[in-house]
Amino acid sequence: MRVLVPVKRVVDYNVKIRIKSDQSGVDIAGLKMSMNPFDEIATEEAIRLKERGIATEIVAVSMGDAKCQETLRTALAMGADRAILVETAVELQPLAVAKLLKAIVAREQPSLVLMGKQAIDDDSNQTAQMLAGLLGWPQATFASKIEIADGAATVAREVDEGIERIRVRLPAVVSVDLRLNEPRYASLPNIMKAKKKPLDTLTPEALGVDPTPRLDYVRVEEPPKRKAGVKVASVQELVAKLKTEAGVI
Amino acid sequence: MPEMGERDHPEIREAVRRLCERFPGSYWRELDRQRAYPTEFVRALTEAGWLAALIPEDYGGAGLGLSAACAILEEIHAAGCNAAACHAQMYTMGTLLRHGSAAQKRRWLPEIAAGRIRLQAFGVSEPTSGTDTTALRTTARRTARGWVVHGQKIWTSRAEHSDLLLLLARTTPREAVQKRTEGLSVFLVDLREARGRGLEIRPIRTMMNHATTELFMDGLELPEDALVGEEGKGFRYILSGMNAERILIAAECLGDGRWFLDKAVAYAKERIVFGRPIGQNQGIQFPLARAYAQLRAAALVVREAARLFEAGQDPGPEANMAKLLAADASWAAAEACLQTHGGFGFAEEYDVERKWREARLYQVAPISTNLILAYLGEHVLGLPRSY
Repeated sequence: MRVLVPVKRVVDYNVKIRIKSDQSGVDIAGLKMSMNPFDEIATEEAIRLKERGIATEIVAVSMGDAKCQETLRTALAMGADRAILVETAVELQPLAVAKLLKAIVAREQPSLVLMGKQAIDDDSNQTAQMLAGLLGWPQATFASKIEIADGAATVAREVDEGIERIRVRLPAVVSVDLRLNEPRYASLPNIMKAKKKPLDTLTPEALGVDPTPRLDYVRVEEPPKRKAGVKVASVQELVAKLKTEAGVI
Repeated sequence: MPEMGERDHPEIREAVRRLCERFPGSYWRELDRQRAYPTEFVRALTEAGWLAALIPEDYGGAGLGLSAACAILEEIHAAGCNAAACHAQMYTMGTLLRHGSAAQKRRWLPEIAAGRIRLQAFGVSEPTSGTDTTALRTTARRTARGWVVHGQKIWTSRAEHSDLLLLLARTTPREAVQKRTEGLSVFLVDLREARGRGLEIRPIRTMMNHATTELFMDGLELPEDALVGEEGKGFRYILSGMNAERILIAAECLGDGRWFLDKAVAYAKERIVFGRPIGQNQGIQFPLARAYAQLRAAALVVREAARLFEAGQDPGPEANMAKLLAADASWAAAEACLQTHGGFGFAEEYDVERKWREARLYQVAPISTNLILAYLGEHVLGLPRSY
């Protein structure tokens, strides 16, 4: 079984970002970039599927400028078998990514697309769902446990009421949540091996996809500054304030 | 983090940083309180293959050069961790690699690469001979079955956390050799067999958490095949290892310097006194700017020294200058960082005082600043020997 794992290059989660002065977006020049943490979890899960003898090949795919190769090398160092970069200078929005992934799926014929539930930069949480829609495949989002048997995936999903278990027939798109696993370190021998693993480069044109953005950003703003809190003298005062000022009870 | 110039081995640096994220300041603070060895940290580095970076691929290592080892150690220190618990495996390796017999390499290197055997201890200094290495008094005498060792070593770090010890001992009396650098030999001692059978290890408590010890050898018997390379040529073998050690420690200093600057700059921006960030004051800003410039300059020399070493040269002047400049730069950054933090710099939870204590070591070890200056004066500038 082949597993396709899309990985996105994002600003590292430790970095404090700044809004550009013209409010057109986030200033990412010179910032440390890493693999989207949710995609790391998806990569780890694919590797575990392979270690359990369920997956036979893991293909990592990333999209964007040439530097996305670093993200792909990270996936290869963790244990992916080969990588595909869709190289483009165009800003990619979720729908364009889903269309490009659909084209990759047509070429690679995976049984499972395993991906992060969202990227930590724009937090869209759309690509997996759009991809499943475009492919006409079943989807299981926010997976916290994945079991694969008899041509189907049983996926535990964290929902507000608790854990929901659903069964989807393969091929399917599964998006993963935070508690699915803890990704491994890339070891030095595997980093060395990753340099020799194949990494193919494609373009949106070659895949027959127009990635032009459909959405315009109007403005990007800093969240409002948190105001100082107040100390209350008693429980009675707290309850009163919750009723009158906060209006929550 | 201020930019430190062109970075080689980006994938190695990234992976080491990721590993180090799991060992935050709280981990090191607790160990520091107990003066305990960072067993979990060293195990994680070993399991991920980092300490086998320099072992050839044929023996199960990564077969990388010294610059990769520099990148590994620099990132460990830049992340606030400390590689002193395990860096010796990087530089002691060279002596075994270059001068060990085929049988020794086959026996030990795959085990070291796999993390089953630790080569972390290096016994050179003695109570009466530090940098004056050739005056060492530990002797190894030939016997019918091998060798018997008598003597004492000091500042033998990690001896309690290593399986092997690289030991320098005199095999021909000083009076019987033409040059005092002759007649010294290197031995690979299996500490698991030696302890309690002629070898006693006593830990020395120091101002920082550094697992150092003194060794007492009284009739320690070694097998014939413990000798590394040729008898009597040990001093030369050790010297080339010392160049590697100086370059690698210099890389650690660069990492420390980056950590101090990062910490100090962040604090100087957010700490408000008299209605403005203290980083706006030139008294705070300039020492940080100067330390940054020093670090950038030192980084160039460290890189050059590593390049020459990798090219197969014996870059004594560059290795010494790299260590001198990087240690000075990291110490400047340490001082500026502590001063920037004011009273908070002395509070344990800021990690500054701990790193400051750790960074101070490199003004003295693995070679003191004065001896580097004496070396440059005599061997590079051609001035009369000053000692």
